[in-house]
Amino acid sequence: MAEALADIARVDGLGMVTIRAGLDRTGNTIAEAAGLAIPGQTRIVTDGSRSLGWMSPDELLLILPAAELDDAITTLTDALASEHALVADVSDARAVFDVTGPHAGDVIGKLMPVDLDDLPSDGLRRSRAAQTAAALWRIPGGFRLIGFRSTADYLRLVLENAAIPGSGLAPR
Amino acid sequence: MSRTPPFRLPRGGRLIDRAFQLGFRFDGRHLRGVQGDTLASALLANGQMLVGRSFKYHRPRGPLASGAEEPNALFGLGQGGRFEPNQRASTTALVAGMVLRSQNCWPSLDADVGAINNWLSPLLPAGFYYKTFIHPRPFWKHVFEPIIRRSAGLGRAPVDPDPDRYEQAYAFAEVVVVGGGIAGLTAARDAADKGGRVIVLEQNPVWGGRTPVDHDGGQAAIDALLADLRGRGNVTLRRNTMATGLYDHGYLLAREALADHDPNQGIPRQRLWRIRAGHVITATGALERPLSFACNDVPGVMLASAVRDFITDYGVAPGQRIVVVTNNDDAYRTALTAQAAGLEVVAVIDARPQASGDLPQAVRAANIPVMTGKAVAKVKGSHHVEGVALCDQAGNGRVTGTLDCDVVAMSGGWSPVVHLYSHCGGRITWDEPEAMFRPDPSRPPLGADGKAMVTVLGAANGDLRCAGDLERSEAPTMPVWVMPQNAPYRLRAKMWLDFQNDVKVSDVELAAREGYASVEHAKRYTTLGMATDQGKVSNINGLAVLSKALNQPLETTGTTTFRPPYTPLTLGTIAAEAKGDTFQPLRKTPIHAWHARNGASFEPVGHWRRPYSYPRAGEDRHDAVNREILAVRKSVGTLDASTLGKIIVKGPDAGRFLDMMYTNMMSTLPVGKCRYGLMCNENGFLMDDGVVARLSADTWLCHTTTGGADRIHGHMEDWLQCEWWDWQVYTANLTEQYAQIAVAGPKARELLQRLPGTIDLSQDALPFMQWAEGELAGIPARIYRISFSGELSYEIAVPAGRGLELWEKLHAEGRDLDITPYGTEAMHVMRAEKGFIMIGDETDGTVIPQDLGLHWAISKKKPDYIGKRAQARSFMKDGSRWQLVGLESLDGQVLPDGAYAVEPGVNANGQRKTQGRVTSSYHSPTLDRPIAMGLVRHGPARMGQELEFPLPSGEVMKARIVDPVFYDKEGTRLNG
Repeated sequence: MAEALADIARVDGLGMVTIRAGLDRTGNTIAEAAGLAIPGQTRIVTDGSRSLGWMSPDELLLILPAAELDDAITTLTDALASEHALVADVSDARAVFDVTGPHAGDVIGKLMPVDLDDLPSDGLRRSRAAQTAAALWRIPGGFRLIGFRSTADYLRLVLENAAIPGSGLAPR
Repeated sequence: MSRTPPFRLPRGGRLIDRAFQLGFRFDGRHLRGVQGDTLASALLANGQMLVGRSFKYHRPRGPLASGAEEPNALFGLGQGGRFEPNQRASTTALVAGMVLRSQNCWPSLDADVGAINNWLSPLLPAGFYYKTFIHPRPFWKHVFEPIIRRSAGLGRAPVDPDPDRYEQAYAFAEVVVVGGGIAGLTAARDAADKGGRVIVLEQNPVWGGRTPVDHDGGQAAIDALLADLRGRGNVTLRRNTMATGLYDHGYLLAREALADHDPNQGIPRQRLWRIRAGHVITATGALERPLSFACNDVPGVMLASAVRDFITDYGVAPGQRIVVVTNNDDAYRTALTAQAAGLEVVAVIDARPQASGDLPQAVRAANIPVMTGKAVAKVKGSHHVEGVALCDQAGNGRVTGTLDCDVVAMSGGWSPVVHLYSHCGGRITWDEPEAMFRPDPSRPPLGADGKAMVTVLGAANGDLRCAGDLERSEAPTMPVWVMPQNAPYRLRAKMWLDFQNDVKVSDVELAAREGYASVEHAKRYTTLGMATDQGKVSNINGLAVLSKALNQPLETTGTTTFRPPYTPLTLGTIAAEAKGDTFQPLRKTPIHAWHARNGASFEPVGHWRRPYSYPRAGEDRHDAVNREILAVRKSVGTLDASTLGKIIVKGPDAGRFLDMMYTNMMSTLPVGKCRYGLMCNENGFLMDDGVVARLSADTWLCHTTTGGADRIHGHMEDWLQCEWWDWQVYTANLTEQYAQIAVAGPKARELLQRLPGTIDLSQDALPFMQWAEGELAGIPARIYRISFSGELSYEIAVPAGRGLELWEKLHAEGRDLDITPYGTEAMHVMRAEKGFIMIGDETDGTVIPQDLGLHWAISKKKPDYIGKRAQARSFMKDGSRWQLVGLESLDGQVLPDGAYAVEPGVNANGQRKTQGRVTSSYHSPTLDRPIAMGLVRHGPARMGQELEFPLPSGEVMKARIVDPVFYDKEGTRLNG
């Protein structure tokens, strides 16, 4: 049997923090507390370990190793104490998959209405995968997808289904 | 004359490879074709001209066309789950071992009993069914329609599940070109020069459209274009891909055939492309029109283009003696092609008074007789063409001579394929000189920038001579809508317009006489263009006949609406991965696997699956519900409440915001406390409920119903973003961040206190409607003292990833307390025993909180809340609204949910008047009797009165109006 179009692997051990705040006013505070620059619109910045993604004009998502989660929440909450802001742990609400391999884009292209040619190396898209909400950004060798914990099984099934051997999108 | 072999020509056939023979079965007979054949060419190569029966009269039918427009050669293809009806022989590639079945005939294609309809055809004109079967009234639905439906209808629906895979994929391009003929490929090259991404879609397995068949040097020109395009990095060439529909904003759907011909490869059979195009170029070519002469439907009468396609592409002789009938120069190509292949061309019958262009001259030079001003009066033969009777086109059909032949190649001119252009709003205009509807350049479909989003090129734009230097000059087409011009009724009643649906010239004329002046009405009355081919070859001819009958120009008549899909799509392609395990995203709680392991019987709640109950050996679902309820009332049970919506609302204006969202006052809720709240929509109707906890000075946590979580979060954001954008409030939907477990029953506190933890659970420290947080069993937890069962109850929220751990610890620790997991139904029954309402049972979108006796949860102090104004309207304050009561069944039986309470008299529709209905109804194991709630007019003022509930069986059940709280009205059990 030929090989699947891409490797699909569930990723554990990540912490995630939703930050809602007026980014114009609080950007510097958040950047300092998170240890990362504020991403531009629809972008994600990363230092290899931590990433900070732009989710909406007043929402960011901090992704970091689970071990650093509690400290990060405390730091952010304290830093934003005097601001109108909301910091919430959403680590357990998410399911994360890495889709990697030379044809990873084909798997994404079957499930998500995202123009990958138009997705910069630091781009982040909030979209859907088949019928469930999902966001994605690039990682070395492919893409990282985040969806909701409750539909993790579905997400895995549709990803694996889209990756069946021999079903690449190249014209034949 | 009869058809004679050889049917496969000794030479030629640019698309076939004679070295590879392929066997297949047609109606049980074993036949052979070759690699590259379509089903149509393979059947013709076996001398099989009769391929089906028509829809209404069961007339014998042969192939008419060679492409997607084919109306006749439709088969049931495949077996078992892979059986598909109505597969077009002209576009289906032959595969070894294929099994074809003819359609719409019984007992066999050659001897079809239904053909009796043909003899009855004078009695079966357009509208026959409507006129004949109108009385007696009930007979239509129960007698006539089922019989008509069984005897009509092409093909049979498959009965087994489709075993094949299908998928969808998204694509994006600056330009998408539909059509891989010379116009499309040239346009693709020009577009690619500008640098953007270009996708080219071609419905056929081969590129080039008509150019390689129709023009010397055509193949070379196509090959050169393909070589150029293949060398470009920004061009994607995709063949076997049918663009089926074009929608607003450049959204194009296209079906790519991947493994139609080899279903056992394991790859998806078809793929539906969902493409966003910056600009769409349709170069979809044109379709040849038949001519309307008598008996133009006899097998062997084919489109002139199809005759030369079969010869050139497949090396197949549709016949040995060919008569060409035309009103244009193009069809002369068929005469030249046929002669070059060694077939006899008896004559070219040209309806035009003269024919002096390059092609007619070439035909004359080849010693083929050309007869101008002539027409076919009638085709001779019944199961196949035996000859034609000739007459003058300008006359009334008086026969001037006959010609023997076995094929009639006809051409009534060409109609541009304007379908995709029209799908998204492009308008067309009648081009009188060319006798065609073509895109109106002043009214294209517009994009967001107000400019044309579609450009139509080549034959699709009416430019029938679009092959540039390859073209020869051609004289104009002469419109011929009826042949001969003054044909009498006898002939017009045998001129087929729609071959699949058996619509004739006389039927359209009848529709016009009976007042069906609108083209859309005439279409539906006659069924013209309503078959699986959607009138690709019939529509324009039909419109022309209608226009003539109405004595108006074609432009005035217009066309019917072009709707997607261009050719039928398999439902599997539309569903794609959405079947079986991936039909819908099933949402699972963090404790789902435990429920499944422990025998839960699940029920859908939105996309969640929640345990309804946990039947044990020997129990059914309801036995389990009863056991679970008694266990909770007696000792302790656990409910997985993780699905409940949990929305954080935070900010300086959060209190003010929640005062608007809820009917109650939430801003005054002290930190550490909980309050039950009601949420209404702008119309005042109750839409959600749940417990709100105040977490800090500026933070609240709002619980919603399971089904309401996303909707209520959206509702909040809607108001925050669109109406109160200057209020300082942030929300976050944390539903999935937490597992939530309800621990309920008199032993609940005892159980929780056994687990190590930092939270004081005593009555004094954590009274009813308060919350506390800390650690429980080593897990960070927030515990709410809230109760939906009426028992001492704690709802414990922990991070979702640790929900299962807590659940299992509770069950390990509570074994001696007979700890029992309970499901949604036990929860429902217990809340009904307590008279608590349930969104979706006691509410249905027309119920206001006041109807449910919830006045206590509606703040009188607040100046406003969403729904307040609506609830002040006269009919909301009307005392005659149905209101919540309990219902006590008088005969010990459970009232059916939804049953209506009647009152004397009937309404304007002759129906019994009603005065109330059952909203929740259960057997209460706690009380060991039926309990019910319902909404009854003036209900609360009518305690003790009896109501009658007639059932569909005729039985009448009786119930007494009682208080809706059946159990522990004093609420003493809340504290254990």
